[in-house]
Amino acid sequence: MYFSKEMQESSLKLTRKWENEVQKALKNNPDQKERFSTVSDAEIKRLYTPEDIKNIDFAEDISVPGEFPYLRGNQATGYRGRYWTFRMFSGMGSAQDTNQRWKMLLHQGQTGLSTAFDFPTLMGYDSDSPKALGEVGKCGVAIDTMEDFMTLMEGIPLDEVTTSMTINPPATVLFAMYCAAADIKGVPLTKIGGTIQNDMLKEFIAQKTFMCPPEASVKLISDTVEFGTKFVPRWNTISISGYHIRESGSTAIQELAFTLRDGIEYVEDVIHRKRLDVDDFASRLSFFFNSHSDFFEEICKMRAARRMWAKIMRDRFHAKDPRSMWLRFHTQTAGCSLTAQQPYNNVVRTTVQALAAVLGGTQSLHTNSLDEVLCLPSEHAVEIALRTQQILAEETGVANTIDPLAGSYFIEALTNEMEEKAWEYIHKIDEMGGMIAAIEKGFPQMEISEAAYRFQRQLDAGEKIMVGVNKYSTDAAHPIPLVDIDEKVGEEQIKRLKDVRRKRDNKAVKTSLDNIKNACKKGDNVMPHCIEAVKNLATLQEICDVYREVYGEYRDPGLY
Amino acid sequence: MPERKIRVMVAKPGLDGHDRGARILARCFRDAGFEVVYTGCHQTPEQIASAAVQEDVDLVGLSCLSGAHRVLFPRVVELLREKGASDITVIGGGIIPEQDLPALYDSGIKAIFTPGASLDSIVDWIKTNIKPQ
Amino acid sequence: MDSTIKKICDGDVRSASRLIRDIEDKLPDARAKIKKLYAHTGKSFIIGITGAPGAGKSTLTDALITEFRKKNKTVGVLAVDPTSPFTGGAILGDRIRMLRHAEDTGVFVRSLATRGALGGLSQAAGNAIHVMEAMGKDIIIVETVGIGQQEIDIINHAHSVVVVLVPGMGDEIQTMKAGLMEIADIFVINKANRAGAKQLQTELTSMLNLSPKTADGWKPPVVMVGNAFEPAEFAKDTAGLAKKIGEHHLYLQKSGKLNERMHRKAMTEIRDALGACLMEPVLHSLMESGELEKFSEKIRNRKTDPYSVAEEITEKFFQKRGKA
Repeated sequence: MYFSKEMQESSLKLTRKWENEVQKALKNNPDQKERFSTVSDAEIKRLYTPEDIKNIDFAEDISVPGEFPYLRGNQATGYRGRYWTFRMFSGMGSAQDTNQRWKMLLHQGQTGLSTAFDFPTLMGYDSDSPKALGEVGKCGVAIDTMEDFMTLMEGIPLDEVTTSMTINPPATVLFAMYCAAADIKGVPLTKIGGTIQNDMLKEFIAQKTFMCPPEASVKLISDTVEFGTKFVPRWNTISISGYHIRESGSTAIQELAFTLRDGIEYVEDVIHRKRLDVDDFASRLSFFFNSHSDFFEEICKMRAARRMWAKIMRDRFHAKDPRSMWLRFHTQTAGCSLTAQQPYNNVVRTTVQALAAVLGGTQSLHTNSLDEVLCLPSEHAVEIALRTQQILAEETGVANTIDPLAGSYFIEALTNEMEEKAWEYIHKIDEMGGMIAAIEKGFPQMEISEAAYRFQRQLDAGEKIMVGVNKYSTDAAHPIPLVDIDEKVGEEQIKRLKDVRRKRDNKAVKTSLDNIKNACKKGDNVMPHCIEAVKNLATLQEICDVYREVYGEYRDPGLY
Repeated sequence: MPERKIRVMVAKPGLDGHDRGARILARCFRDAGFEVVYTGCHQTPEQIASAAVQEDVDLVGLSCLSGAHRVLFPRVVELLREKGASDITVIGGGIIPEQDLPALYDSGIKAIFTPGASLDSIVDWIKTNIKPQ
Repeated sequence: MDSTIKKICDGDVRSASRLIRDIEDKLPDARAKIKKLYAHTGKSFIIGITGAPGAGKSTLTDALITEFRKKNKTVGVLAVDPTSPFTGGAILGDRIRMLRHAEDTGVFVRSLATRGALGGLSQAAGNAIHVMEAMGKDIIIVETVGIGQQEIDIINHAHSVVVVLVPGMGDEIQTMKAGLMEIADIFVINKANRAGAKQLQTELTSMLNLSPKTADGWKPPVVMVGNAFEPAEFAKDTAGLAKKIGEHHLYLQKSGKLNERMHRKAMTEIRDALGACLMEPVLHSLMESGELEKFSEKIRNRKTDPYSVAEEITEKFFQKRGKA
């Protein structure tokens, strides 16, 4: 940042004076601890001054919203035209249960849907697979066939509401179901909007919801990107996610670096495999970050992410369209920061984390419910979480002005520092031959494991604090009502699945599955064949089994 | 007199891949001087029980965050019993609501560690309760 | 027959894994059991697989198990992982790649940590192999990280030795240094889809052509194994590897070399047993009495030399023995 010579001199002089004062004061009143660091263990200075940001070039490094490097936001108008999307992740039990919860949320003022699937669905198994034992409907909604999906979407206007689906290995299948649902309801594909998470690299790195090996997984993702680009233009075909990387114990910088490097890997694959121009599809890539408890670190992470992605798109991929350079992202507050002890404190944590996401300029936000560390959220808890967002947006005034923290010595210095360290990671992974190669070496996995273990040790040693867990703990319990998913949900789901298998045209199912297999073998786009298969009532697992057969199955390498 | 080394297994039954806790525990047990057989995510109770017997571990630590613990944890205990290995202690951890604890203890799970349990408390529990013969 | 021994010979997994545990924990009783068990051993075919960390040994082992099971051979696997020198603990993660065989009663996988500074790993591994032999396993695979003398010692328990290399890891040089070149019967270039595989193959082949070993009728083949994530190709490649291993077994039998290998194995076993009966108790007692530390100090201060120390110790212990 430009500072006049006089100002620089007076700043240095004053800073030195302050340093002397600090030294004097410390003799009588030492600091509470030796080292002050973020939740990610990045050391923070006592004071930031103009000295810390003197090398910043305003036009090149900061600029205004809607201008490169988009540090301050993609849109010139900020939140004044429109708040972020209030998007609460939900799904439970049967398709009908979830449909009811969705209608409640829309009624309460939620502006977008977000689907949580149960583990069998997430992993590409039907509810009656032996692997699904005990899991059906537990962590989200169970979807086996197109019939379940139609129940899920009953009464939902697909041309008005956008839907996000947290689905990864079977993303082609769920995307196909959404397209088929639009078809059946008579809504053109050009009118539907939403997101599939469809980010497999972070699964290998962090969340471990995987099916096929990395390369084949990326191929399937490129299929959806190509299909979306050509036929479903309002669909975000990937949500490149740092959320799960962070939840598995990474630092903020690792989250930032690995997520953007994953993004690079996808862009490269689509360009090479599909021969698409970067500007044809890059504007439909979306991102998903975590908002953890260290307030300023999170804000700086999100700001740095925007600036870095803009540089990546401009300098690495030579994108011309500004929209390709925009990093649009959804944020979820940090599930791993919630405590089972004194669960009402979670409301406060979530509020601060949500505020960080807003000040970081998120496009969409899920606020965790206070009971999510214990079970699926109750209606009441979800309502409080949604109200948290509404209070931030409409009472606090934080959305009145764009990027209000810009120009702060600390914020700009920390944004720069995080960006610099994230580049180091990205360059290292480039040298390894890209993210797939790095994953095969176990590099990101082991970096995260180190960080997670360090944090746990610091927690045990009392160097990091979680209120109610390792400090201020009490024996007094304030129990909260828990949501319980009845084991009957599974039984009923299996019954529905068996009915579908009985009544469908099995010959048509076989033909459409064969078509998918051929497309896989030839390297063709599987999407049109998937849509046909789900319409013929092929089950989720039947389609995924084709992928497993052709591409092989990836198993946890067990890095620790 | 030679001393028995404590051998433990850390396993994640079911489809849930949230293995942060399991990985941290594997490292923590190693640092406590135990030999740790780590089997990673996505294991069936059958795979876990048979690996526990082949490895002659003293203890199996199960981690589950998906809600499937109610079915999967007792199943591991049952399978160990079928294999004549009911002397292998089974403990669990993860997102486990208090209301589920009685049934889990009844099924033969010896201890459940819920979110917030310190690593030291788990290691201490093992050192106190596991005395390999 | 001792009931444990009978159970093990009947294939009981619990008794077998417990005896292996006793061996590792050096329980006095374990040695007696091995003595009784020994008559029931010696019929299995033992394959050693070694290579640098990350070379893909466990994945290859997993694929080989599949191949051998297709031919109805029962398989034992001994997977060796390093013990942390700082904490004495270990994370044993090899079996994770073989979990699909976990429920197959014809497969027994056991992990072994390298344990203490006093050695004895080769002995523990050798005895664990004996237990698996007594169980009646047709084939036993011993998997180690081939970086130290300790691991090479273990490999001497095997009849056929497979050395796994990966392009681009610079391990060809390491291989030479570690002396694996001399003991390899079969080379695998794993992950051969990676850049540099062809070059590694050429280098290796020309190196092998210079080796005198080619004169004795068996030229170690170099087997290329591709990407484990291309299931069809990978299965074909690993079937090829299983076939080469079978050919080597046949060659050993026909050429009479098997006897040589058995001799090598017997020598290793004698040396291990001597270590256990002589070295270990001596070192142990010196350590407990604190004498070992004193000797070390004297050597460091050049007050004496290692040979004089060894002579002193030998004299003392043999005298004791004589008196006893």
